[in-house]
Amino acid sequence: MPSKLSMVNLLRAGLTYMGLRGRTAVIAIPYIWLLLFFLIPFVIVLKISFSESQISMPPYQPLVQWVGNQWSDIRLHLNVGNFLYLGEDSLYLRAVINSIKVAAISTLLTLLIGYPVAYSIARAKVTIRPVLLMLVILPFWTSFLLRVYAWIGILKNNGLINNFLMWSGIIHQPIVMLQTDSAIYLGIVYSYLPFMIMPLYANLEKMDLTLLEAAADLGCKPFKAFTSITLPLSMPGIRAGCMLVFIPAVGEYVIPSLLGPPESLMIGKVLWTEFFNNRAWPVASAVAIALLLLLVLPIVYLQRTQDRQVDSA
Amino acid sequence: MSTYNQRSWFRITALAFGFAFLYVPILSLMVYSFNKSRLVTVWGGFSTEWYGKLFENEQILQAAWLSLRIATINATVATILGTCAGIALVRFGKFRGRNLLSIMTTAPLIMPEVITGLSLLLLFVALEQLVGWPEGRGMTTITIAHITLTMSYVTVIVQSRLASFDVSLEEAAMDLGARPAKVFFLITLPIIAPALLSGWLLALTISLDDLVITSFVAGPGSSTLPMVIFSKVRLGVSPDINALATIMIGLVALCVIVAGIAMARQQRIHQRELQLVNT
Amino acid sequence: MNAPVVQSDLNPNRKVNVWEDPAATPYVRIEGVSKYFDKFVAVDNVSLNIYRGELFCLLGGSGCGKTTLLRMLAGFESPTMGKIFIDGIDMHGIAPYARPVNMMFQSYALFPHMTVEQNVGFGLKMEHRAASEIADRVAAMLKLVKLEQFTKRKPHQLSGGQRQRVALARALIKQPKLLLLDEPLGALDKKLREHTQFELVNLQEQLGVTFVVVTHDQEEAMTLSSRIGVMDHGRIVQIDIPKNIYEFPNNKFVAEFIGSVNLFAGSLVEDESDHVRIACDELERTLLVDHGISVVSNIQVGAQVWAALRPEKIHMTLDQPTTTENWTQGVVQDVAYMGDSSVYLIRIASGKVLRVTRLNVSRHAHPVTWNQNVYLHWDSSSLVVVSA
Repeated sequence: MPSKLSMVNLLRAGLTYMGLRGRTAVIAIPYIWLLLFFLIPFVIVLKISFSESQISMPPYQPLVQWVGNQWSDIRLHLNVGNFLYLGEDSLYLRAVINSIKVAAISTLLTLLIGYPVAYSIARAKVTIRPVLLMLVILPFWTSFLLRVYAWIGILKNNGLINNFLMWSGIIHQPIVMLQTDSAIYLGIVYSYLPFMIMPLYANLEKMDLTLLEAAADLGCKPFKAFTSITLPLSMPGIRAGCMLVFIPAVGEYVIPSLLGPPESLMIGKVLWTEFFNNRAWPVASAVAIALLLLLVLPIVYLQRTQDRQVDSA
Repeated sequence: MSTYNQRSWFRITALAFGFAFLYVPILSLMVYSFNKSRLVTVWGGFSTEWYGKLFENEQILQAAWLSLRIATINATVATILGTCAGIALVRFGKFRGRNLLSIMTTAPLIMPEVITGLSLLLLFVALEQLVGWPEGRGMTTITIAHITLTMSYVTVIVQSRLASFDVSLEEAAMDLGARPAKVFFLITLPIIAPALLSGWLLALTISLDDLVITSFVAGPGSSTLPMVIFSKVRLGVSPDINALATIMIGLVALCVIVAGIAMARQQRIHQRELQLVNT
Repeated sequence: MNAPVVQSDLNPNRKVNVWEDPAATPYVRIEGVSKYFDKFVAVDNVSLNIYRGELFCLLGGSGCGKTTLLRMLAGFESPTMGKIFIDGIDMHGIAPYARPVNMMFQSYALFPHMTVEQNVGFGLKMEHRAASEIADRVAAMLKLVKLEQFTKRKPHQLSGGQRQRVALARALIKQPKLLLLDEPLGALDKKLREHTQFELVNLQEQLGVTFVVVTHDQEEAMTLSSRIGVMDHGRIVQIDIPKNIYEFPNNKFVAEFIGSVNLFAGSLVEDESDHVRIACDELERTLLVDHGISVVSNIQVGAQVWAALRPEKIHMTLDQPTTTENWTQGVVQDVAYMGDSSVYLIRIASGKVLRVTRLNVSRHAHPVTWNQNVYLHWDSSSLVVVSA
């Protein structure tokens, strides 16, 4: 059957063609998507951060304007005013410093709580480890918003804690816990705890336990063995965990707006307010660029730690 | 052995404290959803009336339906795109622009959401001015934004699965006469399918949960469930939100428990088979 | 040995090994093949002929390039330089799935999501064979490897030996003319490995398939192969039948890699066609070799050479030998009891330590012990001159 044979050949040729094309497509599809919806948007943010506000839709002036028909008639409106404004108004600087402070303290607290948990899971029996790990990840699968919301009910003036303390007679006036900076720390620690525990666990779990036996054999006491062997070896996990908590915490919006005081200055909240309440898109863009510059170093640092881990694996 | 026992009380305490911290807020949320009193945290007797109220709330039901639709489309597209990106990064060796792709797939994971949201909105506005698409903002723009965010998660999952994938399986298939496309669909895809499923579920969950990015790219009349919850929660605790939370957490817990039992059963069967082999 | 033979035209009574027959055409021809990974030279200018029906072993340590060479035959790597011909066809640009070659992987690479049956039938399915034909051939093949009762099992439900046989069955089902085996017995424990070695050889003879086996295990190579190609640093250093590889290594590396050996550095003082004499600083007397230097060419009197002497070829006595050549004396420094044999380390006057093995033929009689003075002597036919 010559017709069938030629059909097969045709199909083969087509498949080879597709095989060659397939590889390109596999790279190109996600590439184009990310270029269009991730990279280009940043260029636009950068562009708008240099333009002037105006009352219209969209509420900013174009950066490049044609005022005539000739090349020489292009007017470039490069407006650094938005950035100068950020520098002039101490509000923005205070927001940046406060965001870093809040994120740093919360990261440290998350580490202090997450490390013992990760350590305990990694040293638990092999059979129950998956269950414990599942219990850590489970809250992550439930709504972040609702988990933050849960703390409102616990912390507010007639919330669980105050009700309990007043009922037991320890206090007679409710302690103000909601709408404080401490509530923000609590919210961040609570929401980001799994992000700290996971990389720490991954690191601690693959540690060679005979190292500790060797240390004990050489006369090292358990606590000393922990500080001189386990802790230094878990540094990559600590670094990764801290970056995974710190970076998103700096730009956090939901937690400070639900748990923090109304006047709390977090840069994410400032950006939100500039954008939604003041409709100052260029200023919001400038804030975004500033925030991004602030986070470039930690992001690069995280990327390099992860690359190193991949290389060593 | 004694040193391990001496330290085990510490480990048990750490775990008890850690899990109490993680779960007490969630449990309190659930308990008070059955509270008769409107004052959420003051117990006024058992009642399921807030669940009834919830199902009468058109706004919440509509938002939930919208969120579900967006999440499903998002999870499917993100899984396809993320799988492509993961394969490209792990399997295609060095190609031009690989570094940029690697950065673009990891950056959304840690980028503060306010930045991603703002930049996407500005893109949509600029696109609309330039080419007239997307017309206004709503389900389309939200879905695109969610895909951009969640495909990174899928990429990471697929990448780590492929990194531990024995390449000789693919080589063996090719050696036995399978062409590259066949190798992918007959060997690679079935083996990494569980990773794709968990990527899909993660993308679904993140999409259902996202507030910040969604708020930027949503338009009038396209409020998702988290947006409705947020606007209500800002005004303080409200008992029907507790009911909603209980339902959502219950659903997730149910899925996890079912998956857990299925996995445990698989493990038991596997164990028995291993014994079979060894005897 | 299972060396394939052909009838020689010149003398019909004498069987000639196929690779010694100038008229035979090689089935696999590797011509000046090199493979570079960036700057690293994995395979360095290898030329090699493998004939139909052979069981050829590529033997070498890890990183010697043997696996890379095998992967180039399968088509997973392409040579940086040189050509590979299989059955007279240049393999350049031919994809792995289009080659008349099948491979058995070191990890077995069994598809975890398929049953034994599906794994073995995969190759036929790729050829779009009829379902009934696939079923028949799979059943026959599983019978051949004695796995009939495991058809519905998944790979993880099998023992190591069973997996190995599934991998073999899967690679053989398409009846390839050439089967490549990457450390086929590497994952099996010692007892099973010995047993499987013989099964593998039987199967190969039964099916008449040409085997190319990669291994780092010299014992395995010795038992299996018709010929061995020893590789080091990407080069083939010697190709010969197992016996010659052991008895007549042409090279210091081969002598040391295969078994254990005593090596004497020395200079050539006499080079005749029927004997060679070597002066060695570490020995009181010259070494007399009763055959000319056949394996190492271009060596003249005065040249620095090595003389290799296998430990089991040294005789150990308490009386002084009567010959003038090929003996020395020393003190027993160490004795290691190995069960079937014992290894003695003897320190001679120059300080050099020689290794001597002796079969434990008798249970009790063992007069030689620590710190004892002994005489060592050997036949002039036992020495081999090797190049550095």
